[in-house]
Amino acid sequence: MRAAPAALALLAALVGAAGAGAAEMRAPPGASSCTGCHARGAAMGALAGRPEAEIVAALAAFRTGARPATLMNRIAKGFDAAESRAIAIWFASQGAR
Amino acid sequence: MPRAPSAPTRRAVLGGAAAAALARPALGGAPPRVVVVGAGFGGATAARCLAAGGVDTALVEAAPRYVACPGSNEVVAGLRGIEAQTFGYDALGRAGFRLVRATADAVDPAARRVRLGDGTELPYDRLILSPGIDLRFDALPGYDARAAEAMPHAWKAGEQTVLLARQLAAMPEGGTVVLSVPANPYRCPPGPYERASLIAHFLKTRKPRAKLILLDAKDTFSKQKLFEAAWARLYKDVLEVVPLAAGGQVSEVDPAGMVVRTDFAEVKADVACIIPPQRAGRIAAQAGCADRSGWCPIDPATFESRLVPGIHVVGDAAIAGAMPKSAFSANAQAKVCAQAVIDLLAGREPENPRLINTCWSLVAPGDGISIAGVFRPTDGLLADVPGAGGISPLDAPDAVRAQEAAYGESWYRTITRDVFG
Repeated sequence: MRAAPAALALLAALVGAAGAGAAEMRAPPGASSCTGCHARGAAMGALAGRPEAEIVAALAAFRTGARPATLMNRIAKGFDAAESRAIAIWFASQGAR
Repeated sequence: MPRAPSAPTRRAVLGGAAAAALARPALGGAPPRVVVVGAGFGGATAARCLAAGGVDTALVEAAPRYVACPGSNEVVAGLRGIEAQTFGYDALGRAGFRLVRATADAVDPAARRVRLGDGTELPYDRLILSPGIDLRFDALPGYDARAAEAMPHAWKAGEQTVLLARQLAAMPEGGTVVLSVPANPYRCPPGPYERASLIAHFLKTRKPRAKLILLDAKDTFSKQKLFEAAWARLYKDVLEVVPLAAGGQVSEVDPAGMVVRTDFAEVKADVACIIPPQRAGRIAAQAGCADRSGWCPIDPATFESRLVPGIHVVGDAAIAGAMPKSAFSANAQAKVCAQAVIDLLAGREPENPRLINTCWSLVAPGDGISIAGVFRPTDGLLADVPGAGGISPLDAPDAVRAQEAAYGESWYRTITRDVFG
């Protein structure tokens, strides 16, 4: 029982300092894999800091085949429009790195 | 399996995510600690992500430097030097976590401690194991660690890679190379076939009349149609493929006589590359995380062990369903796992993740093919997202093949810079 006040204090600290903020900052599903290739200096180009609309449009064009690709056509098909938009918003919100 | 917890506070820690965050202050108010074992593509990535998330993290690694496997087939074939595969750990020592240069000898899951080679113990709230593979020197008669000095596996990059490259370079004209490939699962599913391609290229260009015999314990393999098309186009006079159905499974090797045997034939080799069966790195089994297969069953959303609560396993050691054992997978898994660990320590529900893998292979210098996949937890395993992923088109023009080769090289440069640089 001795633990309870300390535990509650920590919980409050987590929620206040990191909890809510970190939850909002979590990358949407799939986004963390993108930076395996799309990093600064890569031939594939970085995504961080790119406009949301540009990323949404690129993923949609890869999905339909309208934009030629070596393999992004295969990867883009793993994400629907809403999922793609969440990824685009996430990268647009990141400063260029 | 973990031993029974001995104290109520410890039970709370073992009890689950929220409990872990809440129980810690009762033990002294310290912030949660995470230990990561293994500084390869998985472990080094996990440690970086945890540190970026503000978690008190220690990364344990005994090796003085990292020698990367992706690209190492080019070293085997004399297309680049081993220095292109070699990365120091200095940068990881300045990456916001503690880099512990020691062997992780044992894990005590009940006490939540990792014992190091010098006897020091590292306590953890959560542990991430990224131990890679151990080669099974008990699985193929005649093939042990000593035999590997005569018949290199070169399946952990480093001295073995250089040894195989030297043997090939020194081989007489008209010699015979044997490449033995194990049954699934093993590290880098398309890797043996890229190796076959690049060795065949080396023989074709440097060793007239030499031949390569690929002895395979399987009938089907990754990017098969693409490899077979390239072999028919480029190497039909150099490469002989013997699949399982034609007696390709190696049953015994004799390193003194340089003989490789199957149930049906005996091949005298000038150079023999024997890729043996594998299992999760030793510490995973010691910690109780490996099942009878030798690999580690995990929760596909958090990568937490199915066998030992509080321990997560990423990379080649994990049973990741449809996701292959690759450096790209290890990197993607480590990011998801680190976020899940951060969430669990904070008492938050981890998200349902989506992961991507991409693997490029060279069928010849500048001639690349790829396989890609998108994965999500389905029925307790990581499964392909239907309709996504797959291999390069069979009829891709040369320019696309060249671009795939360039993208593969670009991926290698950026991933190694981001992980080790």
